[in-house]
Amino acid sequence: MSAVALPASVDAMLELLSSRGYLAERALATVTYLSLRMGRPLFLEGEAGVGKTEIAKVLSAALGRKLIRLQCYEGLDVASAVYEWNSAAQMIAIRLAEAGGDVDRDQLTSDIFAERYLIKRPLLQALEPDVAGSPVLLIDELDRADEAFEAYLLEILSDFQVTIPEFGTVKAPHPPIVIITSNRTREIHDALKRRCLYHWVDYPSAERELAIVKTRLPGISQRLSQQVVRFVQALRDQDFYKSPGVAETLDWATALTELDARSLNAEVVGDTLGALLKYQDDIARMQGDQLQKAIKDATSET
Amino acid sequence: MPTSINHLAPPTGGIADNIAGFARALRAAGLPVGPGAVIDAMTALEVIDIGKRPDVFTTLESIFVKRHEHALIFAQAFDLFFRPAEEWKSMLDSVPLPDHAKKKPPPASRRVQEAMSQPHTHEEPQAQEQDLRLSVSDREVLQKKDFAQMSAAEIAEVARAIAKMRLPQAELKTRRYTADPRGHRIDMRKTLRQALRTEGEIINFHRLGRLEKPAPIVALLDISGSMSEYTRLFLHFLHAITDARKRVSVFLFGTRLTNVTRSLRQRDPDEALASCSANVEDWAGGTRIATSLQTFNKQWARRVLGQGAIVLLISDGLEREADAKLAFEMDRLHRSCRRLIWLNPLLRYSGFEAKAQGIKTMLPHVDEFRPVHNLTSIEALISALSSPLPAHSRNVIRPAA
Repeated sequence: MSAVALPASVDAMLELLSSRGYLAERALATVTYLSLRMGRPLFLEGEAGVGKTEIAKVLSAALGRKLIRLQCYEGLDVASAVYEWNSAAQMIAIRLAEAGGDVDRDQLTSDIFAERYLIKRPLLQALEPDVAGSPVLLIDELDRADEAFEAYLLEILSDFQVTIPEFGTVKAPHPPIVIITSNRTREIHDALKRRCLYHWVDYPSAERELAIVKTRLPGISQRLSQQVVRFVQALRDQDFYKSPGVAETLDWATALTELDARSLNAEVVGDTLGALLKYQDDIARMQGDQLQKAIKDATSET
Repeated sequence: MPTSINHLAPPTGGIADNIAGFARALRAAGLPVGPGAVIDAMTALEVIDIGKRPDVFTTLESIFVKRHEHALIFAQAFDLFFRPAEEWKSMLDSVPLPDHAKKKPPPASRRVQEAMSQPHTHEEPQAQEQDLRLSVSDREVLQKKDFAQMSAAEIAEVARAIAKMRLPQAELKTRRYTADPRGHRIDMRKTLRQALRTEGEIINFHRLGRLEKPAPIVALLDISGSMSEYTRLFLHFLHAITDARKRVSVFLFGTRLTNVTRSLRQRDPDEALASCSANVEDWAGGTRIATSLQTFNKQWARRVLGQGAIVLLISDGLEREADAKLAFEMDRLHRSCRRLIWLNPLLRYSGFEAKAQGIKTMLPHVDEFRPVHNLTSIEALISALSSPLPAHSRNVIRPAA
């Protein structure tokens, strides 16, 4: 990987993202650009499947930086997010020192709490210098971690340093590019949001979604892609428990092309609706007349 | 007068005034904007092209807005604030501030006034003696007295009693670990540190056990006209439990649903309640339980019920449009929480039967149905909340109603 210079304007940012197939709204490109220039974490919130995680991946690929991903879950603690001591190796070191006979307690302490016994987890890895430039740190689905972990993040995100009692303080020479995502299954505390640039990622407009489908699935026909996008956009206007995201649109379009569908019809849509809607209640609502009407609306102008 | 940002070619001192003024306007409109954010905004504007209005908008939005709900207020304020200089002054006067941002007398002032205007007749020694004797039996009467039949003074007394109640911590095991001598995991880090003091000899193992914390509570409180005699006291109760533990969310509903969790976090009960009522538009109006539950299920359930929450639904269930929709939303609510407790003040009548259509529709979907109309029933509720929780109900398949 070779380091790529950071974009110098919002337009350059847009170009950089689209060069990797990510067609971002201008607002998203603006906040991403700002977060790079200001060295501040970027906090992205929005429904599942609108491309929050994807932007971190694209950014790391486009800038030639390492991507370090921390997937959050309930009970995520320091040992699995930041560092852990390699206890087994430490035990062996102690036994060896004993076997050698001369046990100097201070020497032993500094020996077994040395860097080579430190197992570095994502957050600590992200603070380390890298030849290609500071890495992209993706803290994914922060809302799944519990409050205690969120509070721990405060120190890391404002000072980009970690204190390990036995070892000392590790500080990043250059702050990593931090992207935090949340699906809002829980509110994130204001103290954390204050340290970040905040952006709500919305569903894309019809034109943009069409462009995304064409970029990601180059083989898809003009007619089918238009119908797919029109159908999905119409679904989002309805009051579903979970509206389909861009990820679902792409899944569905892929499914349709795999089935060699040329155009939407009741049979093929009925068979593949599970790629779009993920709740039985929602699927049950989309039957019969309503399905017919939605298909008719989506196919009428082509 | 500050000039508009559109008119600023080179960044002069004017832009700083503009941003500071804009931040003040946002604060007045109810957005939490700190001084740090103003400095951030200044820094951010230096790195972008401030000639492009949409970019300026996004930049300021990413710094000043930290909650999706505030985006609309921000957009309106931005449009009004960053206008050509001549339009500016007249427009700012008409910024539509949300009601809760408007100045109102501080809530505690009523208490101060009451305290000052209290007649001094009670200070006669004779009367005081009588009061003391009466107060014991008074309290007993209060325990059983229906909230709806209380005088203002009695309500104040009950509110004080409620404020003293402490919720026992119904514990839920989390996936986190903490030092626990009887835990089933070995804390290698601590054990090794300890071993160093004895030249590497491990004398005892330090152990870790699962950390326990109280289950979150989500309260849905009906504030329609038929419940009006109870709502204030319930709010006192909810304020008391919000104060005592962190994970309590409170929603009020009548014809629409309002999240008042933040309001109730304020320490002073009067201030908290005043802030609640300022946020609610449909106080003591009609009820649309099904619609309110639908809003809750759609917008909030995934956000507040995630960690095995107990739901307290406080309503009399008098819903006219009791239909399949109500049953559907109740069922969804029931399936997405750990325990659904319906608190109904109508249960105070000894011969109560679930005859109303709304109640009949809702009843199959609750885990518990309890009265809540006097202090005794609230105390019973508290002890019920502290009893061990049933196993996670989400995997249990219930017959459809």
